[in-house]
Amino acid sequence: MNKDLISKNKEISISEFFNKNRHILGFESPQKSLFMIVKEAVDNSLDACEEYSILPQVDVKMEKASQDEFKITIADNGPGIDRKEVANVFGKLLYGSRFHQLRQSRGQQGIGITAAVFYGQITTGKHALVVTKREQDDVTYQFEIGIDVKTNSGVISREDVLVTDLKHGTSVTIWAKGKYQEGRQSILEYLRETAAVNPDMELRFTNTEGKTIRFPRTIEELPKRSIPIKPHPHGTEVGDLQFIISEFREDPISKVLQNGFSRVSNKVAEEILSISGVDPEEKAGDLPLKDVKSIVESFTKTKIMPPQTDCLSPLGIEYMRRGLRNVYEELKPSFYSKPVVRNPIVYKGNPMIVEVGLVYGGELSPDENVRLVRYANKVPLLYQQGGCAITKAVSEMDWRGFGLDQRSGAGLPFGPMILLVHICGTKIPYTSESKEAIAQVPEIIEEIKQALRLSARSLRTFMRKRERRSKANEKYRLVAQIIPEISTKSGKILGRDPPDTSKTISKVVNVVLIREKIEKKSEREYLVSADVTNYTSEKRSFTIHISPPNGTSDLDKISIDSLEQAGSKSFTFTITSDSPYKETDFYVEGIDPVYVIGAEALPPDYQMKEISYEVEDQ
Amino acid sequence: MSEKSEKLDLLARKIYDSLENGEVPALDLPTRTRENIVLDTLSLVWKYGSTKTTRSATSLDGAEYILKTLYLIDFIKEMYSVSKTSTLREMYYISEGWGHAKFHAQEESNMLAEDLEVITTMLREELSLRPEENGASIIGDITIEEKNRKGDFKKINCRDDVGDGGYNIPYSVETDKIRLIGTNAKFILAIETGGMFDRLVENGFDESFNCILLHLKGQPARSSRRLLKRLNEEFKLPIYVFTDGDPWSFRIYASVAYGAIKTAHISNYLAVPSAEFIGITASDILNYELPSDKLTDKDIQALNAELKDPRFQTEFWKQEIDTMLMSGKKAEQQSLAKYGLDFVTDTYLPDKLGAVGGGR
Repeated sequence: MNKDLISKNKEISISEFFNKNRHILGFESPQKSLFMIVKEAVDNSLDACEEYSILPQVDVKMEKASQDEFKITIADNGPGIDRKEVANVFGKLLYGSRFHQLRQSRGQQGIGITAAVFYGQITTGKHALVVTKREQDDVTYQFEIGIDVKTNSGVISREDVLVTDLKHGTSVTIWAKGKYQEGRQSILEYLRETAAVNPDMELRFTNTEGKTIRFPRTIEELPKRSIPIKPHPHGTEVGDLQFIISEFREDPISKVLQNGFSRVSNKVAEEILSISGVDPEEKAGDLPLKDVKSIVESFTKTKIMPPQTDCLSPLGIEYMRRGLRNVYEELKPSFYSKPVVRNPIVYKGNPMIVEVGLVYGGELSPDENVRLVRYANKVPLLYQQGGCAITKAVSEMDWRGFGLDQRSGAGLPFGPMILLVHICGTKIPYTSESKEAIAQVPEIIEEIKQALRLSARSLRTFMRKRERRSKANEKYRLVAQIIPEISTKSGKILGRDPPDTSKTISKVVNVVLIREKIEKKSEREYLVSADVTNYTSEKRSFTIHISPPNGTSDLDKISIDSLEQAGSKSFTFTITSDSPYKETDFYVEGIDPVYVIGAEALPPDYQMKEISYEVEDQ
Repeated sequence: MSEKSEKLDLLARKIYDSLENGEVPALDLPTRTRENIVLDTLSLVWKYGSTKTTRSATSLDGAEYILKTLYLIDFIKEMYSVSKTSTLREMYYISEGWGHAKFHAQEESNMLAEDLEVITTMLREELSLRPEENGASIIGDITIEEKNRKGDFKKINCRDDVGDGGYNIPYSVETDKIRLIGTNAKFILAIETGGMFDRLVENGFDESFNCILLHLKGQPARSSRRLLKRLNEEFKLPIYVFTDGDPWSFRIYASVAYGAIKTAHISNYLAVPSAEFIGITASDILNYELPSDKLTDKDIQALNAELKDPRFQTEFWKQEIDTMLMSGKKAEQQSLAKYGLDFVTDTYLPDKLGAVGGGR
């Protein structure tokens, strides 16, 4: 019934409308059109795999068919498509949309891939090639598919039955005119950023030169599935309610409210209807427009439980950690902040979660703007950075207190940093249909800022620690190298024995110095050797706790007993870690920490912290 | 052991002793900046004031400085033992083998060499260190004796025994190297640029005015200034400095007459406070209508810095600097050629020398 309604009233106009206004869906330039084709297909593949709990494997191939014509193939190991549905999925605008259900998904509401097929058809006259196999089918189907603009339907110009060893999956090939480029807003960049938030995906990309780039899967665990929910009354507009009513025309309006919305119980429905003065038993289809309007107005006047938030599928800490390492480790960053996953917020009846990851240092350029990587529902946003709520939140924050340059404390800061910001939700307010930027809603901007602040704080902690470490190294050089050499050299000039330096050194530093050296032993094992030297003027006894920021240590703590003045003690331990091991956090107990360089005071919640680290790392 | 070696050992001893006594080694030396130069009322040259800088082993920088000083002392003592000298550049390269005491830039090693002079009150020559470049040249009726490589003193008249390039001043002009024998000249004209020096030589200015011409070659090398000082002291010859008309030339004059900031510890040896400036002034540019260039931003900065420089706090200089800032113009000495090749020798210099009472 729903489909009929669309096809009768809107189909023709939608197809023709698209033909005339393809920029609205993102097909506005030759370069961007190719990008859109890949994006729509990959988004669909990932959505399908996620829904069917399959670890995704995606192959993208760009081939040059002629001067300005390209053959683009996107193949996945997804669930495959029922042969009867193929024409609708690839050939019908708005097909598959479920307006009465909301769900966090990548793809557009039944527009994306059809638009891609359609764009190929109008630029080259060629139909798309679809190969698909479901696990339960014995054979593989191959279709050539086009679109009939007048009837808004898919046209299958050829169907073949093949026998292949494909278990399940779909591959779509589209011939389209366009321009292929690599660079900042490119297919490769889109895939790289997609890989950064989908570490469960195995991705291969072959460019027009035939060069293949691989983004390997680094996590075997499936992401949490998003659950479809009914819309929440808050944030519902008159048109939405009319649409829902159109599906349940014969039911009483009270029933329609309860069935069509989330968090509307019998009691809540009665309250809504009593405020709007509508009889609960009235047949929904018979309501005049004024009553529909009145009901929508009373939604906001009624106290309704906020929508459930467990329907969302955020990336989560581990996914972001792995994804960022997978994609950016080649830049040898000196710091990955612990990713921030905020609690859900509700905006206009729709739950939303903001997540932030931060990568700092290494080969990233310190003189350029920080690299801002924006995502909405796990899809990278490559265009319209300027108009996006994420950009606005980053620009409005004063980053100067966090060790970054920022002219007059506003605008994108400068520094060797990548900021990943992800927003997921059942209904994200975009600035346009092509979903390239998030609308600048004050509540959302504020929520992004909260997440950014948490990340930035951990960056500041890192920088302070680094500064302290460099100070420790400086002190070490001073007392372990330079002063002894001054002694040797002055002795040599005068032809005498070098004088003892221990008293001088105590005067110069008066600390216990702890330093470590890390040596990679095998793929996952790191040997850490640490030296403790007592440069204070007394004997010292204390305990050193070993706290690796990543991985696990075979030694928790070590007792240093009666370390003499100028005395040294060495110890070693082994770290097992999947990610590169750079430094250990040492904590001291039993000694005033002001007398220690290279370790911090033991935090009061140390034991608890340890437990939480373990949970997090698994 | 030589006296020079003993002086260096004394310094090493100070560091050694502080370690042995369980103290933190430190070196004190006068702060070598514009803010810390004062006029010595006795000699009328500018020397370092009382502000001290302490480099101590409490910091890594300070400790490295002390270590570098020790390496330098050791290196100089080694040169003493084999009777060699080294250029500042060579010393910089030799420090490659000094481990933690290695210099990171030539500027650093030059500074340390000067610091060592300040601390030990020994001259660079006594430390067996010499600059990269020799002094410039002089031409005129003066007879000297220079010790050659064989160790013999050779007599040279700087007008009759040399070509048009003049006599080349060696890096050291101390008495063990150069002896001043006699002269008939009445004064010395120190000239900034080679072009003007050659013009005066070609015009025979040294003979017609019975003077010695000395080419300063820009900011003068130490040995050029030292030779001027000796000529002034030993022959009582007045000195006139003839330069371009720009802020950098004013500084050339200041270093000849008052002493340079970087070498204020040896102003006594180098500066001739009675030297007169007869270079192009801001007023000359206007009065002679000389072809000029616009002052650059750097020129203006330099002029403003000179207004704060204690050496330029005289009525003459304040007025000239202000005039130059106001007119916004600078000019080269060779711009006098606007009035012909002989203008400088026939008119300009006689006028200028007359005005300051020279050239009689």
